Amino acid sequence: MSNSFLIILGIIIPLFAALFSYVCRYNNNLRDSFGIIGGLITFVISLKIFHGIQNNEVYQITFFTLFDGVDFAFKVSALGSIFSLVASSLWILASIYTIGYMRGAGEKNQTRFVIFYSIAIHAALAIAWSGNLLVLFIFYEILTFSTFPLVGHKQNAESQSAGRLYLSILVGTSLIFFLPAIFWIWLKTGTLDFQDGGILMNKFPAEYLSFLIAMLVFGIGKAAIMPIHRWLPAAMVAPTPVSALLHAVAVVKAGVFSFLVVVVYIVGPDFLLQTKSSDWLVWLACFTIMASSIIAITKDDLKARLAYSTISQLSYIILGAALASSLALKGASFHIITHALGKITLFFCAGAIYVTAHIKKVSDLKGMGYKLPLIFFAYTLGALSIIGVPPFIGSWSKFYLIMGSIEREFIIVAIILGISSLLNIYYLLQPVVIGFTQNSKKEIKLIKAPLTVWPPLITGLGCLVFFFYANYFLNNISGVIVN
Amino acid sequence: MFDIFLDDAPALVVVLPLLISAIIAFMPSKIWPWIISIITLLLHLFLSLHLLKEISVSGLIIYEFGNWEPPWGISFKIDGVNIGLQLLFSIFVLVSTFYSRKIFLNEIDYRDSGKAYSLWLLAVGSLNGIILTNDIFNLFVFLEISALASISLIALGAGQNRKALLAAFNYLIIGAIGATFYVIGVGFAYAMTGTLNMNDLVIQLAQYSDGQLAIFAGMSFMLIGLMVKAAIFPVHIWLPPAYSYAPSAVSTLLAALATKTILYFFVRLLYEVFIIYPSYLSLFLDFVLYPLSLLAIFIGTVIAIYQDDIKKLLAFSSIAQIGYITLAFSLKDHSGVASGFVHIFNHALIKGGLFMAVGYFAILYKDRVTLNSLKGFGYKYPITSFALLICGLSLIGLPLTNGFISKLYLFQALYTNQMYLSIALVAVSSALAVVYFWKIVEQMWFSEIKFKSEKEDAYIYLPIWIVTISIIVFGIYSTPIIEFSNLSADYLISGYQN
Repeated sequence: MSNSFLIILGIIIPLFAALFSYVCRYNNNLRDSFGIIGGLITFVISLKIFHGIQNNEVYQITFFTLFDGVDFAFKVSALGSIFSLVASSLWILASIYTIGYMRGAGEKNQTRFVIFYSIAIHAALAIAWSGNLLVLFIFYEILTFSTFPLVGHKQNAESQSAGRLYLSILVGTSLIFFLPAIFWIWLKTGTLDFQDGGILMNKFPAEYLSFLIAMLVFGIGKAAIMPIHRWLPAAMVAPTPVSALLHAVAVVKAGVFSFLVVVVYIVGPDFLLQTKSSDWLVWLACFTIMASSIIAITKDDLKARLAYSTISQLSYIILGAALASSLALKGASFHIITHALGKITLFFCAGAIYVTAHIKKVSDLKGMGYKLPLIFFAYTLGALSIIGVPPFIGSWSKFYLIMGSIEREFIIVAIILGISSLLNIYYLLQPVVIGFTQNSKKEIKLIKAPLTVWPPLITGLGCLVFFFYANYFLNNISGVIVN
Repeated sequence: MFDIFLDDAPALVVVLPLLISAIIAFMPSKIWPWIISIITLLLHLFLSLHLLKEISVSGLIIYEFGNWEPPWGISFKIDGVNIGLQLLFSIFVLVSTFYSRKIFLNEIDYRDSGKAYSLWLLAVGSLNGIILTNDIFNLFVFLEISALASISLIALGAGQNRKALLAAFNYLIIGAIGATFYVIGVGFAYAMTGTLNMNDLVIQLAQYSDGQLAIFAGMSFMLIGLMVKAAIFPVHIWLPPAYSYAPSAVSTLLAALATKTILYFFVRLLYEVFIIYPSYLSLFLDFVLYPLSLLAIFIGTVIAIYQDDIKKLLAFSSIAQIGYITLAFSLKDHSGVASGFVHIFNHALIKGGLFMAVGYFAILYKDRVTLNSLKGFGYKYPITSFALLICGLSLIGLPLTNGFISKLYLFQALYTNQMYLSIALVAVSSALAVVYFWKIVEQMWFSEIKFKSEKEDAYIYLPIWIVTISIIVFGIYSTPIIEFSNLSADYLISGYQN
């Protein structure tokens, strides 16, 4: 199979999955199976591309010219191959989980849910493989619009207002900051293509670079840096499979991925290091990390707590990009994988607890550890990985980020990362502690939903196993860093 | 044998609709007026294409009526500036006439069909005259014909809602005031120069190169009169009621083309005639048109957000969009004028498509379309709804639609003129456009009421989809629009630099 065909296939398969789900909407089992099948195929394709990138193969395809110097084109970068691998592999598990959750929780409109779920994955893959900033922007918007029906899925007043907030923040920031920033780059350089080492050097006035970085980081609202983070906790009204795959993996990772891509392939790390225009962002990211960790502690609702934890973890990646040193970028890129794996585990568990025991609050988890041992086991694995305890995969990315901040001589940042880990321990492990130590007087009826238990176990164990195969990913990531 | 007619093509594109309009006025039939109109407009399109061919060879056609030479007789001028608009006009009128048949049959008494199409062709002919004329008094005549035809067409909406009469009356009074201002200005100009022909006017005005109060007064009167007619903020108040209470087919025609043709003449007057007083021109552009455009963009968008009636919402959005066009025209350079023309083309398609879709909804719903009444329409009428969605996304200016191309070139023009504040305002306003448009989408697809899909009328949704597809096509392959706009700007701005 030719390389360009592989890209088309990978991007189009999720759309076909959506189409087939619609065609087979009257047969629930058949309808839901297309997510799994589509996930498997895209996973194989992503894996093949991932290996191809390791062997210096080129994957690109150009469809047509949009305007001077900007084509509608796809080109897989090393960074993109990582993101697509994460999104497609977790899509398989999330599809299985979705079946268990949606039926267990008795949600309505399941067909619409499955369809938009697939479209969102389609957009995420297209973002991963986009060849220039405008194509990335197009699919960034499609991702926002396609997740709107998922956020507002319950169609009650609460989810509707959450959906509006979600849409207005994400589309608003992208139209006010992101798109003008793209225009600005285009006017200065005449191109928007992703190139190793960036395209702005010697073409963009260095004194305005800080301003451009600000427009980008606030324009890419999906990266959820404070103060543009409100949409993420609001989006938690969605059914848990959405929170798990989209608001812990696809959507938010598309955000930080976009920012990382801009830093690596548009601005160029060298240019950033020379001008030090992103140093202010280091402090904003640190603030976001600390502030959202503290807010997370105060949240009793498990999903809200995880949402704030996500905001904090996303800022790790922004931090790495802002530091722009090779170790920090390595850590940031790797954190896309490690956080995705850890956080999806936690969300899977939160959803599984909700379906089996109808518990949403941390304080209600008393004694549940003994009743739901497998779920709590998986949860613990995921939490340990996010905290960054060896031998879990999360420890690698945190290690590189700390090294990166020391390399740039931001010692305070390294200390903040350490404190943040301590806070992580508190708010992520508290549910486990409550679950196993305190006893509940209430009698709780459990519903069996085995399909919601296995996916988190697999991802949780993945956090453990991949610790030993980190080099497998790091090979590709090293290709990202050219300086 | 057609060659004799082809020589007179510039006159025929205007005269033909006017003539036919007189013929079909008293036809009692339900269908014949429409068929004759379609045939007329097909001929009209053919003539426009012929003009395009001629222009691509010669670059300029001056048509003298009755062979009276220009300074004395009336003349039409076709050149790079208006040929693109002429083509757009021809094509869009044809499409909207196809669309109009079923809509008119539902909204007005079928016995009035002949009168309606007679007025329709009258409006078409006179609006086309505005595009072609090279004579400032002749323009006034066409302005009046088009205004009277539009007002009568708007009043036909009274069968649906009596407020149409009030809207028509408003338009009549305010439009008459605008036209009076314009004709007073023409009077001043004629008194000072003794000529009405635009090319001659430029030559004659040169003798007052140090400036004359009477000239400036005349110019100001003319510009203000045209601003009223083009619905530039704050003299736009006739437009929202007129567009929203007119029969749907009429709103489509007016929203897409009526203000656009007047805007075209406005910019032509500015850059072709008034250019000989650069200080006056830049005073007007920088201190009148530019701030008013920004206000129009912002206020139009904000008011649109608070509208419940969809046609009113679209009308206020038109005010903002006209603001974008005048903002571009106020930039005094090639990129600005070109981007203004780009948006004239693109917005005609977008707003035309939106009004067509909403007009069809009005007929299906059998009442005025409000936010509430749209509940579940996305499922009930998927074909039309989907077209509406695409047109709306283009209005916001998302990539792969022609609205994005408009925005791209507008940003570029503003950037080269270092108007960073305007860029910010335009960006904010396009984000606010999401708010009002998304309210519609939410009602159509995400309300609690569900319907089974119903049959939609292909005679109505086909024209809508022709417009919608052209929106996507010009979003991806924007070269034709860009080239026509650059051509227009080349012709206009070369005068500025001399």
